[in-house]
Amino acid sequence: MVTAPVKPDRVQDLRDLLATMNSAPGVVDPMNALVPFGRFENIHVARFVVADDQTLSDRTAFPGVQASERIPLIFLADCDGPGDEMLARIAAEAGNGLRQIFAHCDDFDARADLLAWMRARQTPPTAIYVNWIGRTVRQVREEAALHEALRTALAGMSERNAQQLHGKLRAATANGPRLTPVEPRTLGQWIAFILGIAGLLILGLILLIPTLVIAPFFLIALRRAETTDPVIRKRVNAAYTRAIAIDEDRDITNPFSAIGSLKPGWFRLAITVVALRAVGLSAIFLYNRGRLARVSTIHFARWVLLDGNRRVFFASNYDGSLESYMDDFINKVAFGLNLVFSNGIAYPPTDFLVNRGAWREQMFKHFLHRRQVKTDVWYKAYPGLTNADLARNARIREGLERDGMSDEEIRRWLAEI
Amino acid sequence: MPGTFTPDDAADTQALLKTGFDDLYCCYLLLRIADAGRARAWLRSQMSGVTRFNEVGGGKQLTHGRQMAFTAAGLRALRIADDLVEQFAPEFAVGLADDPSRSRRLGDTGINDPTNWAWGNGAREPHVLLAVFDESEQIRSIAETLAKEARAAGFWEPQILDSGDMGDREPFGFVDGASQPTIDWKNERTPGSDADMAFHNLIATGEFLLGYPNEYGLYTDRPLLAASAPGAASLPAAEDEPAMRDLGRNGSYLVFRQLRQDVRGFWRWLQRAAGSDPAAVELSEAMVGRHIDGEPFAALGQADIPGIRSKPGMARNDFTYAGDRLGQTCPIGAHIRRANPRTGDYPTGRTGLIKKLLTLFGLTGTAEDDRVASTRFHRILRRGREYGRWLDRHDAVKPDAPDPQSGLHFLCLNANPARQFEFVQGAWMASAKFAGMSNEQDPLLGNRAPFPGMQPTDRFTRPTADGPCLVSSSLPQFVTVVGGAYFFLPGMRALDWLLADR
Repeated sequence: MVTAPVKPDRVQDLRDLLATMNSAPGVVDPMNALVPFGRFENIHVARFVVADDQTLSDRTAFPGVQASERIPLIFLADCDGPGDEMLARIAAEAGNGLRQIFAHCDDFDARADLLAWMRARQTPPTAIYVNWIGRTVRQVREEAALHEALRTALAGMSERNAQQLHGKLRAATANGPRLTPVEPRTLGQWIAFILGIAGLLILGLILLIPTLVIAPFFLIALRRAETTDPVIRKRVNAAYTRAIAIDEDRDITNPFSAIGSLKPGWFRLAITVVALRAVGLSAIFLYNRGRLARVSTIHFARWVLLDGNRRVFFASNYDGSLESYMDDFINKVAFGLNLVFSNGIAYPPTDFLVNRGAWREQMFKHFLHRRQVKTDVWYKAYPGLTNADLARNARIREGLERDGMSDEEIRRWLAEI
Repeated sequence: MPGTFTPDDAADTQALLKTGFDDLYCCYLLLRIADAGRARAWLRSQMSGVTRFNEVGGGKQLTHGRQMAFTAAGLRALRIADDLVEQFAPEFAVGLADDPSRSRRLGDTGINDPTNWAWGNGAREPHVLLAVFDESEQIRSIAETLAKEARAAGFWEPQILDSGDMGDREPFGFVDGASQPTIDWKNERTPGSDADMAFHNLIATGEFLLGYPNEYGLYTDRPLLAASAPGAASLPAAEDEPAMRDLGRNGSYLVFRQLRQDVRGFWRWLQRAAGSDPAAVELSEAMVGRHIDGEPFAALGQADIPGIRSKPGMARNDFTYAGDRLGQTCPIGAHIRRANPRTGDYPTGRTGLIKKLLTLFGLTGTAEDDRVASTRFHRILRRGREYGRWLDRHDAVKPDAPDPQSGLHFLCLNANPARQFEFVQGAWMASAKFAGMSNEQDPLLGNRAPFPGMQPTDRFTRPTADGPCLVSSSLPQFVTVVGGAYFFLPGMRALDWLLADR
């Protein structure tokens, strides 16, 4: 993710330029002239956001917090392979377009080294979530094509014997579509994974006693903060939400971009960082196969601290409408949202960090709507496909390749095609 | 007791919350205000005829009835201040037809687009809905007399929507209206308790009436007035903010959509796709999710659901899909399974604390079991009526069958249209991705518009025990939206306030 302040008098120009990348509101032209995302076969999702924070006025409830911030341009992509390699490639192959875009930002020199300029403005995430770690764009596309081919083949078969159907479907798709073998974790990756878990357990043991000692003081400080933090009840401006919604529900997946201020002071910052690190670790070690706790609709998400840790930028890609996304948030993972977001100004009051908060449904929705910002450009490599589709297609491929399935297993497999 | 629906409230609530006036004939009058002052006076003169909640039931036989509701445009035409109108639900304040993003979510695109509607859009957006009920078959002339009066009293030429009487059937021939939520009038239940881990049918009053706690135990946003505001003293106090007066209390949002049903196209397609009349009926029943006589599929078994068991007349509603996860009894995409998936807060149903925590943290079960949201946040109270002529399915397939011009005046009540009606219509009915499926929308209501990447949405699949699903393809569009609006059905004291001269 690259972040750079937009020159104040160039914000609208930049928005107009970014809009030329779209073929319709909310629909990017994958081969647009500026940054043709479609040419990079390893990008899952990408976006440009001119993050014009509507909630800076909420800061007046907290004396001493600086009143204004610059509007950043955020360029963000989730891809297969190392991010820095991707950045170098995109700088090389879409340099002209990126130069036109970044020329609207501070300190940009079109003659200078673009890659070095972007690297200097890389903002590391505090937490990243990936729905299925290791699933590549190529795999997604190949498995979708396989599903279609199997569906067509099956529709033309009158055979009802499970084993024979499995064999016939294998034969029917033997010459395509092409399936690149899924690379299993390398030995090195396994070792790193296991060492990671071991390291976490050891760290947990070491920190256990200090944590227990600190806990009572922490709880007292927390309850004091929770009961005395100013409560801000502001309703969203309907016209603002409506303007953002113009870009939404064009695909079954939607982008969500939001920016908001943290409550001032080291205490809230510390909770935020610890909570986000915990989310990030759980995403790697626990929630790496299709679900973040109970929520299965998120493809990619990230949380990034900006502006000397005064603000948090949150970006996600989710299946369904914003109303159903918020429904998932509130009814399935309110505890997690409270943990992470309750340190933000104007979040509905929580009890002990995890209770209430998002359960205050409408106050929470106003909070989210007000912090949401327009995603100026958004690309997804596999339009029309949900996480449910990707997971099912992967199961179908796995079943096709597996030997020795029982009749019942094959029947379950056939039902998914 | 806060949250309780008292006898005072029953006198303050319009009867539609309790009854669909099913024993009476019905016409809907759609009115547009030309002269606010005179129109207000006429509406006030109609107020005494508005049937209240406490005037129905208990053996009382109604001979006639009226209900009165307003669109946001109507409130503005009555000179209600904009900042007050904005305090209603945003979707009501904007309107059903006036936001292309909403239309996209609801499937109101293509031929369903509001620009094609017979009413509800632009200059054809009604201001006032006057629902007229009467025991007399001459309902049309009663409505016409009223329309004539209104025309002379500050309104433009009113539009009259007739209803038909098909008994308990809808135009395709299915027995309709079996499933309704039971409202927790006495506020006996605590929403969010362990009992809610499984599906139940007893729903908080605040999901249907403003001014009462909803399924989150909270009061839905609505217009509140300072007690010192003109006329506000006559309004009830807001339970959650006692210093304020509640303009919303005992009011509800009334969603009205006119759905034209292509009865001939429906049965002709079924006949072609299935080959014979019995097979056509079987396929249609799979699409609906019930037998044509309204009985649920027997293999679903009884479920002993709170809010349904012990309620007379609700035996047809006593089932869930917990034992039919794969949809081999009732297809996952069947109409009634989408409209009311009968899910609880947890896919496991009611369990102990350990299992609950494991589920909460996503450490047990699979994502596939947990794709559908908890139903209790997405209920609506249906009050619709069919219109047009009855056409039997045997006649519908004949080549010379006349067009019966029939359909459904779909009406439903809810307190938060975005979370209730729009969620059900958008995420469950219109979506081609309901419950992790792909390529199919609601088999009855879908508009069949292809998806990005030209993915079809016009299929219907029936899972079977022997493996491959039975797939029906190229379903035509059977139902077209031809009109609609969001109305506010106020409580009587609020109605009085809204119609006061100022």
